[in-house]
Amino acid sequence: MTSWGVLQFPGSCDERDALHACSLAGEARLVWHEERDLNGLDAIVVPGGFSYGDYLRAGAIARFSPAMEAVAEFAGGGGPVLGICNGFQVLCESGLLPGALLQNEGIRFLCRQVDLVATGADSVFLHDIEEGETLSVPVKHQSGRFYAPPEQLDELRERGQVALRYAPGQNPNGSVDDIAGVVNEAGNVLGLMPHPEHAVDSLTGSTDGLALFRSLAGVAA
Amino acid sequence: MSGSAQGSPALTGDVSPHRELGLTDDEYTRICDLIEREPNGVELAMFSLLWSEHCAYKHSRKLLRRLPTEGERVVMGPGENAGAVDVGDGYAVAFKVESHNHPSAVEPFQGAATGVGGILRDVFALGARPIAVLDSLRFGEVESERTRFLLEGAVGGIGHYGNSIGVPTVGGEIYFEEPYEQNCLVNAMCVGIAKADDMVRAAAAGIGNAVVLMGAATGRDGIGGASVLASAELDSADEGKRPTVQIGDPFEESKVLECCLELLKKGLLVSLQDLGAAGLTSSAAESASAGGVGIDVDVAKVPLREADMEPFEIMVSESQERMLGIVEPGKVTAVREVCAKWQTGSAEIGVVTDSGRFRILRDGEPVGDIPLEALVDGCPLYDLEPAAPADWIYGNSKTLGGGESPDELLLSLLSSGNIASKRWAFEQYDSIVGSRTVRGPEGAEAAVLALPETGRAIAVSIDGNGRRVACDPHAGAIEAVLECVQNLACVGAEPLGLTNCLNFGNPERPAQAWQLDTAIGGLAEACEKLGIPVVGGNVSLYNEGGDGPIYPTSVIGLVGDVPDPEVAPGNTFEAAGEAIAIVGPIRPELAGSELTKQRGELGMGLPAADLDAVAESCLAVREAARSGVLSSARDISDGGAACALAEAAMGGIGATVDIAPLLERCGGNAEATLFGEGCGGFILSGPHETLTGLASGGVEVLIVGETGGQRVEIAAGEASLSVPITEAASAWRSLGARIDA
Repeated sequence: MTSWGVLQFPGSCDERDALHACSLAGEARLVWHEERDLNGLDAIVVPGGFSYGDYLRAGAIARFSPAMEAVAEFAGGGGPVLGICNGFQVLCESGLLPGALLQNEGIRFLCRQVDLVATGADSVFLHDIEEGETLSVPVKHQSGRFYAPPEQLDELRERGQVALRYAPGQNPNGSVDDIAGVVNEAGNVLGLMPHPEHAVDSLTGSTDGLALFRSLAGVAA
Repeated sequence: MSGSAQGSPALTGDVSPHRELGLTDDEYTRICDLIEREPNGVELAMFSLLWSEHCAYKHSRKLLRRLPTEGERVVMGPGENAGAVDVGDGYAVAFKVESHNHPSAVEPFQGAATGVGGILRDVFALGARPIAVLDSLRFGEVESERTRFLLEGAVGGIGHYGNSIGVPTVGGEIYFEEPYEQNCLVNAMCVGIAKADDMVRAAAAGIGNAVVLMGAATGRDGIGGASVLASAELDSADEGKRPTVQIGDPFEESKVLECCLELLKKGLLVSLQDLGAAGLTSSAAESASAGGVGIDVDVAKVPLREADMEPFEIMVSESQERMLGIVEPGKVTAVREVCAKWQTGSAEIGVVTDSGRFRILRDGEPVGDIPLEALVDGCPLYDLEPAAPADWIYGNSKTLGGGESPDELLLSLLSSGNIASKRWAFEQYDSIVGSRTVRGPEGAEAAVLALPETGRAIAVSIDGNGRRVACDPHAGAIEAVLECVQNLACVGAEPLGLTNCLNFGNPERPAQAWQLDTAIGGLAEACEKLGIPVVGGNVSLYNEGGDGPIYPTSVIGLVGDVPDPEVAPGNTFEAAGEAIAIVGPIRPELAGSELTKQRGELGMGLPAADLDAVAESCLAVREAARSGVLSSARDISDGGAACALAEAAMGGIGATVDIAPLLERCGGNAEATLFGEGCGGFILSGPHETLTGLASGGVEVLIVGETGGQRVEIAAGEASLSVPITEAASAWRSLGARIDA
């Protein structure tokens, strides 16, 4: 059974929702931002929210937390790390993922259900999702516009690191090439702006997000 | 003791200090009598705030006694930080609605943000985790530049605070009416959940217990907010009031929230109270007064943002994100450790005494000493001098030229700010965090929130059409309650408890006094008759701009029980070929309607509601919704049956309807049948036999047509309308573009 750790910073918002989603695909516990010991954990989620208030720049402070230092080491050793929304921002700030997340084109915060299209990228979180498959998942963010300079962007596309795109016409933030999520070169670190943890129960939305959490269980088994 | 050394509020010196602080000469004399001397500057500042309308409810308290407050499911009623009702399995749901009108009219972003922050604190002060926010907003007409400035700011502020703290905003309403042009309304409601046994009251207890101030440091922001802003009319000099608006920090509140919930879970607090209007003065005085004890506070121990603050400033500061805990001496260290874990401040600033007095010290030296009874209960309560106005006291502006066809009227109504989709606003709110949102904004007539704790759910609705209360304060106030009850019925919810925010004009003027007095009478009658307890609320008076009072706006927040959220119906047609019924005793009339507004023909009077018949139809709809047999359910409200049918088609499935039977009820007036308003009407869709079956209990059921097609087609005798869904939808979805224009 996969043992998940969900980071909790002061200012995290979606950590309990992520904990619940993980518990549907294994066992899960919260990891306090001052903890460094990730022993016994098979996978880490860096959840959504406003870590440390996000006053400087989204994710810019959290990258210096003791828990994130441990996560960087964990990821370096091939450990699976999933960054959602603010977690994606934190992973970009940490250098674990390429690119940056800028303010939405429309400037305002936006909460909306969108369709994502899988690119078939190779990642431990995406094994259960076919290339071209569509997932209905909500977004809710103000700084979710993925950006990478043209050269880096070409590299990402060549290496298959673009993991998820917004379906045509549904890009909520103006991200380059409709990018919603990217993976690192090794495929063990995935960051995305949409919230798969809010798409795990038909009562409160879709169940399309479950695949990301269950993929890992399949890999482990 | 002499006041001179302790600092005094900065006054112009043109008039007596007490008058400048908003106290009348008689009130000042009464203070002197009660404390048997003249108050010093610190004491006067404290009295001026606690004796303000905002804190003392001096023009409304007597009227509020008419509201029913008891019920089997009530866990906490008025007088606590928020009300709470039993939702089964040992859990309670706490909720309250509160206004932040005047701060928002001065600085909409921070005004609205701190309105949300304040109502969240009221709820977690009980030990309940906030699980939802709803808001009720009123502005001038959409075309006004000021409206767009206020709307943009207020919606941004609500989103900023709620999104950042991780509490979903799941519903709300916005009305645009000329009388709110100067004086907008921002009412925020919070709902929280707690184990009933773990909830804590606000009353201080235990002589010798420590008074611990937690959260943010105290600064000069918001000084005098309660008396200066909330208890006087707005005028052109409002720019100068900007410093009295508080600044919100949702990150700080998020830490304080988690910290307080952990403290309560660990049993480390005797009581907990938030610091809102009138800051430390109100918080400490009300807590001590409720517990029948005394309290000493040393201002030198209060962590400050600015070093040179005077004692009176510290006592009245409305800095946000602060909580006051009463702690047994042996547990103070443990409390401070939890605060440190959450990286939030804590300081032991005083002690609970048996003196019955509120003593203010600075480094142990007394700078103020007031009997608590005088401060909290001494304020005179006033009787109103109501007099019904002879005629409509508001303006009438005409936006329809006359001669429009029913098709054109429908499109005009659907695009009006009051009826059009509020997607522009609610997409700026995180409506899903917490994973409880079964039905969110515009997804059903009421928000539905799952309670995995009990396996059930709650439904929440907030509503209050001020224009209709202006037309008839009694009938309008009843309608506001019925609207919420109908909203809840549509998702299968039984009302458990009600909170209200009464936004009215200057109660010292006869017409406004009459509106307040009459509306509270209507509210009391509706709650009494329907057996719904009022568990808390808020009164906001003096809502007037230079052009006169706002529409009297009684905003109702209602919480109800949903046994099975899986079957809660949405509010748009689900499938083609199903029957459509108009259910309930509605007798639509044009009086007070959106159409009458657009024609510039508003005047006094609304049809009276048959409360028993409405209650009966609500019960029938609720049971049908609960049994899972309805495909969709919505109530007939703004814009009448035609708009309700068109909105039900916004999911892409049209309708062909003949409302001749309703026309008969309306005495043959086709326009009233199509666009008239009134309470007690539902539009339901589902299997034919299911809908006809609703009539068995004596409920009026009119099968009027069938779902399907790409148009909304309605025949009403000789009049008829037929509009493609796409055209109706583009009118209904036009608000965002008009705001951003």
